[in-house]
Amino acid sequence: MPTLRAFFLILAALVSSSSVNAQSVAVAVASNFHEPMQKLARDFTTKTGFEVDLISGSTGGLYAQIINGAPYDLFVAADSERPTRLATTELGMAITQKTIALGQLALWSADSNLIDRLGLRILLDDSIRFLAIANPSIAPYGKAAQQALNNMGVWELWTDRIAFGQNIAQTYAMVVTNNAEIGLVSHSQVISSKETGSFLLIPESQYEPIRQDMILLKRGAHNVAARSLLKYLSSAEARTVIRRSGYLVTD
Amino acid sequence: MDFTPIWISLRLASITVIVLLIVGTPLAWWLAHTQSRSRAFVEALVALPLVLPPTVLGFYLLILLGPAGTIGSFWVELTGNTLTFSFLGLVIASTVYSFPFAIQPLQTAFEAVGKAPLEASATLGASPFDTFLRVASPLALRGYVSAIVLAFAHTLGEFGVVLMVGGNIPGVTKVISIAIFEQVETLTYDQAHYFSLGLLIFSFTVLFGVYTINRRMPINRT
Repeated sequence: MPTLRAFFLILAALVSSSSVNAQSVAVAVASNFHEPMQKLARDFTTKTGFEVDLISGSTGGLYAQIINGAPYDLFVAADSERPTRLATTELGMAITQKTIALGQLALWSADSNLIDRLGLRILLDDSIRFLAIANPSIAPYGKAAQQALNNMGVWELWTDRIAFGQNIAQTYAMVVTNNAEIGLVSHSQVISSKETGSFLLIPESQYEPIRQDMILLKRGAHNVAARSLLKYLSSAEARTVIRRSGYLVTD
Repeated sequence: MDFTPIWISLRLASITVIVLLIVGTPLAWWLAHTQSRSRAFVEALVALPLVLPPTVLGFYLLILLGPAGTIGSFWVELTGNTLTFSFLGLVIASTVYSFPFAIQPLQTAFEAVGKAPLEASATLGASPFDTFLRVASPLALRGYVSAIVLAFAHTLGEFGVVLMVGGNIPGVTKVISIAIFEQVETLTYDQAHYFSLGLLIFSFTVLFGVYTINRRMPINRT
């Protein structure tokens, strides 16, 4: 019998998740914002003692998980559309929705002088084999990339030379590995990577602002750690971290 | 509704199966008959895609097939095109990914044929190739059916590798599994249902057919 008991204890330990205690907060974060969020979470944990579990994925994917009952307290999206949609249901706490950062689109190449040399004119270069962008129907940065290419009047030049990443991280990987010579990625990726390369920022007038909204979810409504993280993310120090990571911050 | 992903998947799976049979038959034959000490090494290598996460394969293939990679750079020099983000790249990736699913059934079938029929055939004056074609292959027919079906179905179902190597280009590398993934992410569940249900019914029918045939086609040893 003791053996059987031990077996069930081990089984119980294996199936129970580590984040069940109320002193922690589960954050679903868009993959592009994962890195700054990690920094913010570390700082937050040092200051408050609350643990933060980060679950990163594409905004669309995380949204689909949330509406299907995924156990997250806070959602930091790469757009404002999904949080707004959640706000209209009982799943999201509407009054907590807030833009945490504005993403900046960067044209980037792993070649250390390709873009420095040609600037935006590289978008007219038909010797470039592939331009990587994120999938416009899934990823906000992909949508912005498509808008920018359209507004600059070069979309037609690229239609059969675009490789689509499922998210901005995969898009970035396509460029780092040289499979695509250039790519439209997020400025924050360029800043945080240690890769050599060249980049320029796409003028903000060329695409609709990439609003990254956060919203408190129903599950986190009564979670002290979640409420406290929400407040921390609007603080001046958090905003400095976000700005240094390559985002614009609204007032 | 756009049916091209289905067409691309079917085409990819068919070509992959053909390549696997051409490459796999001699290798499986060798594995079934060799006394070489390198056999275990080769067998382990062949089985790798069974245990490795598709992301590992995808990651290495992305680097290897990329314009800076060993194979990729050679291909760029030769043709001026990259292997990644192309249909050919997908064929290579799928061949690697489905390798054990073709080799293992073939190897088992060749082993089951045994030495006796081959020796008898040789004694009667048949060339080794003739023996292979007229004696061993018919006896190993079940192995061929399994290899074809498993490799085909497995290629049809692959996701991680094609996602990383293919670049999700509509009409070129956007296969059915990726199309479904995208439909789920964009919440177009009705389309996801069509594709998923279709794939489910198709896969079941194929497997059901194979098991039925296998039952009716016992290996007839003489």
